[in-house]
Amino acid sequence: MMNETKKYLKLSGLEPLIITPDSNFINVGERTNVAGSRKFLRLIKEEKFDEALAIARHQVEGGAQIIDINMDDGLIDGKDSMVRFMNLIAAEPDIARVPIMIDSSKWEIIEAGLQVAQGKCVVNSISLKEGEAQFIHQAKLIKRYGAAVIIMAFDEIGQADTYDRRIEIAKRSYDILVNKVNFPSEDIIFDLNIFPVATGMDEHKLNAIDFIEATRWVRKNLPNVSVSGGVSNVSFSFRGNNVVREAMHSVFLYYAIKAGMNMGIVNPTMLEVYDEIPKDLLEYVEDVILNRREDATERLLNFAETVKGTAKEQKVDLSWREKTLQDRITHALVKGLDEFIIEDIEEARQQVAKPIEVIEGNLMIGMNVVGDLFGSGKMFLPQVVKSARVMKKAVAYLLPYIEAEKGEVSKANGKILLATVKGDVHDIGKNIVGVVLGCNNYDIVDLGVMVAPDKIIETAKSENVDVIGLSGLITPSLDEMAFLAKEMERLKFKVPLLIGGATTSKAHTAVKIDTQYSNAVVHVNDASRAVTVVGDLLNNRINQKYIGDIKADYVKVREGFLSRASKKEYLSLDEARKNKFKIDWNTSNIAVPSFIGTKTIEDFELNKLLAYIDWSPFFRSWELHGKYPAILTDKVVGKEATNLFKDAKELLQKVIDQKLLKAKAVFGIFPANSCIDDIEVYKDEDRNKVKTTIFTLRQQLKKKEGIPSIALSDFIAPKETNIKDYIGSFCVSTGFGTAELAAEFEKNHDDYNSIMIKALADRLAEAFAEYLHEKVRIKYWGYAKNEQLSNEELIKENYVGIRPAPGYPACPDHNEKTTIWQLLNVKEAIGVELTDSLAMWPAASVSGYYFASDQAKYFGLGKITQEQVKDFAIRKKMDFEVAKRWLSPNLAE
Amino acid sequence: MEEFKNILQHRILVLDGAMGTMIQQYKFSEEDYRGEQFKEYHISVKGNNDMLSITQPQAIKEIHKKYLEAGADIIETNTFSSTTIAMADYGMEEYVYELNYQSAKIAKEIAEEFTLKNPLKPRFVAGSIGPTNRTASMSPDVNDPGFRAVTFEDLRKAYKQQVEALIDGGADVLLVETVFDTLNAKAALFAIEEVKEEREMEIPIMLSGTITDASGRTLSGQTAEAFLISVEHIPLVSIGFNCALGAKQLTPHLEVLAQKSNIGISAHPNAGLPNAFGEYDETPEEMAAQIKEYLDKSLVNIIGGCCGTTPAHIKAISNLVENYKPRYVV
Repeated sequence: MMNETKKYLKLSGLEPLIITPDSNFINVGERTNVAGSRKFLRLIKEEKFDEALAIARHQVEGGAQIIDINMDDGLIDGKDSMVRFMNLIAAEPDIARVPIMIDSSKWEIIEAGLQVAQGKCVVNSISLKEGEAQFIHQAKLIKRYGAAVIIMAFDEIGQADTYDRRIEIAKRSYDILVNKVNFPSEDIIFDLNIFPVATGMDEHKLNAIDFIEATRWVRKNLPNVSVSGGVSNVSFSFRGNNVVREAMHSVFLYYAIKAGMNMGIVNPTMLEVYDEIPKDLLEYVEDVILNRREDATERLLNFAETVKGTAKEQKVDLSWREKTLQDRITHALVKGLDEFIIEDIEEARQQVAKPIEVIEGNLMIGMNVVGDLFGSGKMFLPQVVKSARVMKKAVAYLLPYIEAEKGEVSKANGKILLATVKGDVHDIGKNIVGVVLGCNNYDIVDLGVMVAPDKIIETAKSENVDVIGLSGLITPSLDEMAFLAKEMERLKFKVPLLIGGATTSKAHTAVKIDTQYSNAVVHVNDASRAVTVVGDLLNNRINQKYIGDIKADYVKVREGFLSRASKKEYLSLDEARKNKFKIDWNTSNIAVPSFIGTKTIEDFELNKLLAYIDWSPFFRSWELHGKYPAILTDKVVGKEATNLFKDAKELLQKVIDQKLLKAKAVFGIFPANSCIDDIEVYKDEDRNKVKTTIFTLRQQLKKKEGIPSIALSDFIAPKETNIKDYIGSFCVSTGFGTAELAAEFEKNHDDYNSIMIKALADRLAEAFAEYLHEKVRIKYWGYAKNEQLSNEELIKENYVGIRPAPGYPACPDHNEKTTIWQLLNVKEAIGVELTDSLAMWPAASVSGYYFASDQAKYFGLGKITQEQVKDFAIRKKMDFEVAKRWLSPNLAE
Repeated sequence: MEEFKNILQHRILVLDGAMGTMIQQYKFSEEDYRGEQFKEYHISVKGNNDMLSITQPQAIKEIHKKYLEAGADIIETNTFSSTTIAMADYGMEEYVYELNYQSAKIAKEIAEEFTLKNPLKPRFVAGSIGPTNRTASMSPDVNDPGFRAVTFEDLRKAYKQQVEALIDGGADVLLVETVFDTLNAKAALFAIEEVKEEREMEIPIMLSGTITDASGRTLSGQTAEAFLISVEHIPLVSIGFNCALGAKQLTPHLEVLAQKSNIGISAHPNAGLPNAFGEYDETPEEMAAQIKEYLDKSLVNIIGGCCGTTPAHIKAISNLVENYKPRYVV
């Protein structure tokens, strides 16, 4: 991950695979092995290479990071088949992206394979079986072809079957390879022979534990090597009893991986989750694997009889398929099941005169049920989005028929334009609104993110839309919305304007936007309200009254807001500064960071972030409110939350297995001191060259006696104290890949997963920020070396120090992001960019500062006066009007 | 070997520019190409630039000279297509040894002249080893994706012959370049290793791939990092990219290499992207401005030009690098 000199096993197909100590267990796909798969053998024998390729593709899609290819069979020409199959794979980029393991006991097949691979393969395998001379010869050639190699624990005497023999052969092989052949040690992988246990024979008792211990020895004593093996062997004596086998594999791997086995051939469907093995079974299996008692085998055998036949698969209830056609369609829509929808829709299509009737009839009946259930709170957003997916699929199927007929398309309830405004990239909420409205038979024109005002105006005209909906998450978006409202007024628009997004509020809409546009402006902050609001707005009978009511309501909000605002009292900037948050710097312990400067993390293992995810906001983004994990058992939304959580975890697993998202980070720690409200960041420890200045803002709202008026600069030692202090800064992103994945899902009419992936990416970014902050505290800065906090404690921010983010309450000025970008070279380092409105792109990114002081705490700036904005603008050499616009949400009226 | 590696640590070496672009300026006729030796040759040979090393050696020497005068530290032999595989188009397989030998000899003579004049700036001859016109990883037949027009063995044999002749002719360095298919390059590297072992000698190897489009992959589909991993088993003095793209477009791909490897990094981009007439029209100043960006980023150790570049380009680059230190190499 970082520029370290340690040697790692690096392999390549069309793409790289680098195995580091941080990598997860590397799973080698084994279905393209004639010895392991009867189906594959048959296909090769019958020369059905297309189908054989499909198996390879399936493996890669299923998460295999390397594919093992073996053509050793007496009835096929191994060399020919190897070359042909590998050549065919080379023409399939989705397979060829992973490295290949050329698996054969015949050297000529291995060499033929090496000659057709452009990437760096793994040879599986060579050994000392035929003596040292041949071993050296083969190793030399493998090195010259550019491949890694698996060394079997096998020598002239035979296969290693004890601990001592395993390490003896491994050591000897290693020494020859490294010293005589000059073979790179990181390219050596040992297969230390996994043999069955619980065979009933005493000499097999130690088979598993010897492998595990030998693995430990090899990883400790032979630098840089990897250890691999075929896991299913270990449970060979329990063929036919998958419950026991799955448990054995999982227990074996649990201990072997701990000992240092870092890759291998494992059939993922034959693996139980370690934590889910029943206690009793676990004990018996561990007894056998670890050889913990004399009678371990008998006990497991006896126990195995009792668990035999427990099927792992769940039976799917298909009784609803017996019902009437309409019931089936409704059921599919309500349950979000798309498996049979095409079949049912085709049946429906044949029963009607015009295909459009299927949409107007069958599908609308079903969607009305969905709408009613949703409206009455019996269905939840994630379910509705799933329903929409089924609906879209059905409509997509019908469209060609409808077009062929050139029949009239039924009139939708109305046409809604949706857009995330210029400079903003956040669209989860907007997409949800789009889907929900789409379900209710509105035509949606979704212009996407970062949409310029003129494009919105132009499209609204050309598409003749009935409603315009604007969304935005960051503060500058509020201005964009107000600007657009003004434009709509100028161009004499009549259509209603909907406002939504996390920073928007009823108050802001009432004060800033409603006043710009004489027609309807409605703040809608949750998707379920969108349907009724739009329905009322477009209902000719009641809409005039409805709009009038809203206008009147907003006048009231405005008045209340303005009168409240005027009542507040503020300190002058001078008074506020005198009332700063005081830290006794002479008694403060300031830890010297372990490094000064920046570090970049590329392609971080997403897996490591799982434990750091704060799930509550995830549920919130789906409008399910409650704290995780309590929400999973909540009486009202519990079931739905659980389903959503399951889908989320599945997608997350896929993302991790297939590395669909890239996590990157850049962070730095610099010498710094404060100067009143500024923080000077220095080039080096001499502290006489200022690298950049961070301008912070100070609370001004008058408070009770003794409560300080805080600015972030208060948490850094002032320059005049001559105390050496430091500040950190960071940017993390897990958003690379999100847009592509979302687009892919959308292409398949799968809005559910399109929204899901974005919500997950956001969570991962926050988790990454949490993770990195912890590493900074414990390691890179090291001011809290002994910290040990659980995820809950992290979420509660129980750690020492803070990491405030620009654009958030403690430092609402988004412009500070530009400072971070310069300080850390963010764009060059990890590719995260800032839009015109200073939103981060990709959206799933987090940036901020690190303050290490144990006194530092999160706070909200609250309202500030024009005086401070003026002072701030001068310090920052910024136009006053510009500063005012950026800080408008914090500006006291 | 040691000398070259040593210098690489201390300064940025300048590689020469395009050979083809320079040859075009001579406007050689079919007769000129044939010269004396191939007067009666049975097929047209116009366009077989490599054979000019035999039939118009003065011109080739002159081109080398111009690049050396412009400040090039390394000149490339006129042997981009001098393998039995690439020469098959002209039926000239049997002349391959001679082509390589003569080309290396011409380059060596003129390089030594310059070194003698200024021993503080030694000049090197890089034996140019092109990709051939066939690919070992892809099928030329869309209906038969498993078919290959050339095998690893064919390539290895052809490259071995070229390498031996280049070394015999005096090449100081071997440059496996314009690699669009990593498997072809691996065959060349394999052949070089064989020659090194048989002759019990060392010779520095430079490797330069080519990324053909905006996808950031080689023609055979590898990412820059996968390409790097696939050739790292051979002790290279440098790895880099050339051709296909201009200096600007090459930057992100060079950055990947620079970040992921600790050997020298080379770049010899084209003079921009071809214009509507297929000509490269980036001026020396424009190209130097782009290359300055590499230097500011400490991205390269060896820098030169590919298609469309001239001595003027190399001169501009050479002037520029004097003020810069090379990227740190372990």
